[in-house]
Amino acid sequence: MSDIFKGIEPLIYESKINVPYSWWAGDTASKFFINLRDEKKIIAPRCGSCGKVFLPPRKVCPACFTENTEWVSVSDEGTLVSYSVARRKLASIPADKKLPVVWGLVKLDGADTAILHFLDDVDPGDVKIGMRVKAVFAEQRTGGIRDISHFKPVR
Amino acid sequence: MDRAAIIGVGMTKIEANKSRETFADMAWEAVNKALDDAGMTIADIDNVVTTSSDFWDGRTISCMAVGDASGAADKNISCIEGDGTYGAFYGYMRALSGSYKTTLVTGHSKGSQGVSSLLTNAAFDPIYERGLGMDMISACAMQANAYMNKTGVTPEQAALVSVKNHGNALKNPVAQLPMKISVGDVMKSEMIADPLRKLDCSPISDGCCAVVIAHEAVAEKFKKRPIWVRGLAFRTDAFFFGDRDLARSNALAAAAQDAYKMAGITDPKKEIDLIELYDAFTYQELLWLEEMGFAEYGKATELLAQGQFDIDGALPVNASGGLMAGHPVIAAGLYRIAEIVLQLRGEAGAHQVKKAKTGLAHGVNGLCGQSHCVWILDQER
Repeated sequence: MSDIFKGIEPLIYESKINVPYSWWAGDTASKFFINLRDEKKIIAPRCGSCGKVFLPPRKVCPACFTENTEWVSVSDEGTLVSYSVARRKLASIPADKKLPVVWGLVKLDGADTAILHFLDDVDPGDVKIGMRVKAVFAEQRTGGIRDISHFKPVR
Repeated sequence: MDRAAIIGVGMTKIEANKSRETFADMAWEAVNKALDDAGMTIADIDNVVTTSSDFWDGRTISCMAVGDASGAADKNISCIEGDGTYGAFYGYMRALSGSYKTTLVTGHSKGSQGVSSLLTNAAFDPIYERGLGMDMISACAMQANAYMNKTGVTPEQAALVSVKNHGNALKNPVAQLPMKISVGDVMKSEMIADPLRKLDCSPISDGCCAVVIAHEAVAEKFKKRPIWVRGLAFRTDAFFFGDRDLARSNALAAAAQDAYKMAGITDPKKEIDLIELYDAFTYQELLWLEEMGFAEYGKATELLAQGQFDIDGALPVNASGGLMAGHPVIAAGLYRIAEIVLQLRGEAGAHQVKKAKTGLAHGVNGLCGQSHCVWILDQER
């Protein structure tokens, strides 16, 4: 760079990208969230061709390229496929979560794919791949992914 | 099929914070270095592909910030969002299209200007996942746990990737983080997300890389020996982690096989002399090597410990220091291509490997290696 900057602090323009944005959840996610909110039930779409049950719910089977039209109930219990434990206060972590934050990839009984969520009520050192976990529903449910508060170990 | 070659490369030094340089300043430097390297002027370039990310750049149509500095005025300029290997893939197709002869490809980003954790959180599905607050590091920690659980590879074994690559960077003048460190240093560094410690993670970086890709009709008309594209492929895995086997990378295995087939390579271990790959985290170097067929699944760590992936080993991996030594998002894969080109020309300087006829460059797009791009480059057509 040019020598004119020698010994001078660079001029930095402080700003932020802050654009309000509203996502239409879509009919598939809406049906899933309404069941979480009103019934504390986890439902998932099933492919009419290969029979796979998908969480998170989506409209199209990625393998068969056909529309999933049938819904099934899946268990609120499942198996931990993998996990992650944040020790540093990452900027992405929601304000209401305290360190360490544990996330799990959970394959619920009756589903063929696993879903991301929080793990809690467990010492991070005791988390093991393959452990059995169960959904804990939030007391205040508003129709969103955090209508499940977290998953906890099945004792 | 027509052929194309890389005939010029330019890299800025990778730095933690280029606070005195704009995107255009970085592009101006990298583009001029690539043109000088090729012995060209901007008039010899007939089209431009820029690679950038609007979110990382803090503006929409982010490519427009570097158009002037890339000499794109009055030329056909097109933009790719994703890793630089994908921008170069597009540039290669343009060189083969019959419409163009010389494509300038750039890739840039300044990690220093944003907040990596928030930017990578935004890669998650906004309806089902984003509100859970994961980011690239916590996601890759999840993949590392899945990989280590399945293979028995330990964090200490993976830490050797950090030791090797930071050490290699001591010999690379463009690297951001040259360091002589030990496995103990890695294991003592801050735990960010189990099992990933600070020294298991690539740094936040600023940088720009440019390459010139030419059709065979003109590839030998300029200054440098052309480095030929023999094989090139990319493949993409499912978006949701729970749809994939997170402990593996089926997309990379498939991309590598496609690239080997195109190159006529039947035994990559014997026929490829060196590799530059996307080691954003230590475990990734091991997993990517295994999926590309350079070690059995879960066994790359043994070859690493034997020194086989060292600069003077049987198969040097990231002789430049890789992403461990500097990770300008978007540009990082293009740096891998440029490094292989320098090696195959014998111009890599202090980190030059001995045998360098055929090299592999690898780039990644998406969380936990959702998509992989594999390049086989060669001294010979």
